[in-house]
Amino acid sequence: MADITNGSATVTRVYRPPPSQATGAIGWMRRNLFNSVLNSIITILLVLVIGMIVWNFLDWAVFKSVTSAKSGQECGKISPDGACWAFVVDKYRLIFFGTYPYEEQWRPLFACISVIAMLVLSCDRRFWNAWLAAIWGIGSIVTFLLMFGQIFVPLSVLLIVALVAGGVGLLLRRRAASAIEVVAYWVLATVGAVGLAVLLWDWVMGLIGAPDLMVRLSAFVPGFTIAPLSYVETSKWGGLPVTLILASYGLAFAFPLGILAALGRRSKLPLIKGLCVGYIELIRGVPLISLLIMASVMLPLFLPTGMTIDKFLRALVAVTLFAGAYIAEIIRGGLQSIPKGQYEAADAMGLSYMQKTAFIILPQALQVVIPPLVNTFIGFFKDTSLVLIIGIFDLLNAGEQAIVDRVWSGYANEIHVFLAIIYFCMCYSMSRYSKYLEREMNKSVRR
Amino acid sequence: MASTARDLSAQPEVIRLTEVNKWYGQFHVLTDINLSVKLGEKIVICGPSGSGKSTLIRCINRLEEHQQGEIKVEDVVLTNDVKNIEAIRREVGMVFQSFNLFPHLTILENLTLAPIWVKKMPKKDAEEIAMGLLKRVRIPEQAMKYPGQLSGGQQQRVAIARALCMRPKIMLFDEPTSALDPEMVKEVLDVMVELAGEGMTMLCVTHEMGFAQAVADRVIFMDRGEIVEQNEPKAFFTNPQNERTKLFLGQILRH
Repeated sequence: MADITNGSATVTRVYRPPPSQATGAIGWMRRNLFNSVLNSIITILLVLVIGMIVWNFLDWAVFKSVTSAKSGQECGKISPDGACWAFVVDKYRLIFFGTYPYEEQWRPLFACISVIAMLVLSCDRRFWNAWLAAIWGIGSIVTFLLMFGQIFVPLSVLLIVALVAGGVGLLLRRRAASAIEVVAYWVLATVGAVGLAVLLWDWVMGLIGAPDLMVRLSAFVPGFTIAPLSYVETSKWGGLPVTLILASYGLAFAFPLGILAALGRRSKLPLIKGLCVGYIELIRGVPLISLLIMASVMLPLFLPTGMTIDKFLRALVAVTLFAGAYIAEIIRGGLQSIPKGQYEAADAMGLSYMQKTAFIILPQALQVVIPPLVNTFIGFFKDTSLVLIIGIFDLLNAGEQAIVDRVWSGYANEIHVFLAIIYFCMCYSMSRYSKYLEREMNKSVRR
Repeated sequence: MASTARDLSAQPEVIRLTEVNKWYGQFHVLTDINLSVKLGEKIVICGPSGSGKSTLIRCINRLEEHQQGEIKVEDVVLTNDVKNIEAIRREVGMVFQSFNLFPHLTILENLTLAPIWVKKMPKKDAEEIAMGLLKRVRIPEQAMKYPGQLSGGQQQRVAIARALCMRPKIMLFDEPTSALDPEMVKEVLDVMVELAGEGMTMLCVTHEMGFAQAVADRVIFMDRGEIVEQNEPKAFFTNPQNERTKLFLGQILRH
């Protein structure tokens, strides 16, 4: 093979190829499917069973199916053993958009497209920076403007946005930005801070009943309404946009919440640690359904009279809190897998806790937990259907509503198969994306 | 390059440990440690495993907390005050036995992270300094690779460069060659010898007695949490006073 002699200057080393095996499709089959008598029998049996199932399904779903009919009875007359897709054709708008006003249903359609576009763009790692905030900011405005039709923006929200934008700009870009940009950030932050202070003053003065100059000021500028379309309240929302909005916003809020809770649970400060442990254990110990009922029935009891929170928002908060607790535990697992030396090296370099966490610990911890995290995401995407319990009709529940129609009685399977296909497409793409993400991240890091 | 005993008495003191004690639970790891380090001094700390030598140098940048006594670095007293700890960590670089490079960052990012975020240095300047240091440790061509793609010796040299990037006044080495394959020990020691030649203040926990003889101004022998004996290397190796020192040297120098 090789004549490697210790100490010799030049070494000839001959590399041999591995022993040849039967390659190609036939070789592969012989090795994997027919490598013994028993295995051959099992292979043939399984192929027969699978073939039969697939054939029967295709026979029902395609060959004997009916795509246009006026009622379930008509379907039965045309083809008694086939799928009645005419039912789905008749009801698809109810399934996709629920009880949203019929003539306005182009709005939830475009809202869905907006959410999906937002999600797809968020999947691209090149946008994992300030772009992500821009994508979600613009996407959210478009989505909710379409769904609601009119959005009232109170002055306080504008001021908070100004303060946050100015503050974040100053924090992140003070050194990189030009002088004009820095001045702009200062102006934004100052306007926001002063405005909020005035509003707070205003509010306190109102509480103690002292008429004030500021009271008139805030009455003068209460905010403004963007109103290009007719208003549609959340109780009329339904179908796919509800599923998409609940799942994507629920998880988008739950993810940072979970990170904070996971970090808090490992904190050395007993109060923070206790709070996080309490939150996680309490939420995990309660079924989502009871949390939803609590949010819908009990929460209003604790609120001051006259104050109401939208039912849809309450469901969103419940889903967020619930998912946050599970995500926290997954991320904690990732945090625990980071060797102590990484913390020590970051400490020894003088990085602060925030810097250490943001640049060293979290990127590595999150990478480790991609598979269980996506598993949870998929689970929660489907669990949003439980909002039926408080009277919100998401995709699955809108489908169930369609089934109730007497005209099409006896054809529930068609709707269920249709819904299953939609759910499967969504969940399978999440699963594929997680695979892709793992591969991408492993490209750079080979331990 | 055998070191001649240099006169460091005129140099200012940079580290002072006074009556430092530390316990792990009931276990007394450090007992009444008194140590003074002058600017530019090179100290090698040796001793059997479990003698507290790593703990000692880890107390200096507060990776470990001491419970009694006083540790003063550059006139800053180590207390629980985060400001003090961060001030000291900016002045003290550390190299670990297991390298502890950040696997998800490139070599260059490993080096520039602390200068950019701790010292608020512009990215371009930090990268310039980092490339200069990578040249000094003789691996500038690896700058864009990830730690996992480098050999152990290369990784440890990156770790040294990473510590130097912060322009520390003091360098702590915690058994920097113990996790390396034998053929890679030399490339790391060469870098350390070079660094010593430039006048860096160094505290080094190591079993490389050749390095101690070549570079150290003082060798400290620790056993069971105490400083048993300290002397300049020649006297330390040829004429050890304490029985425990003799036993230890006998064991490590025999082969």
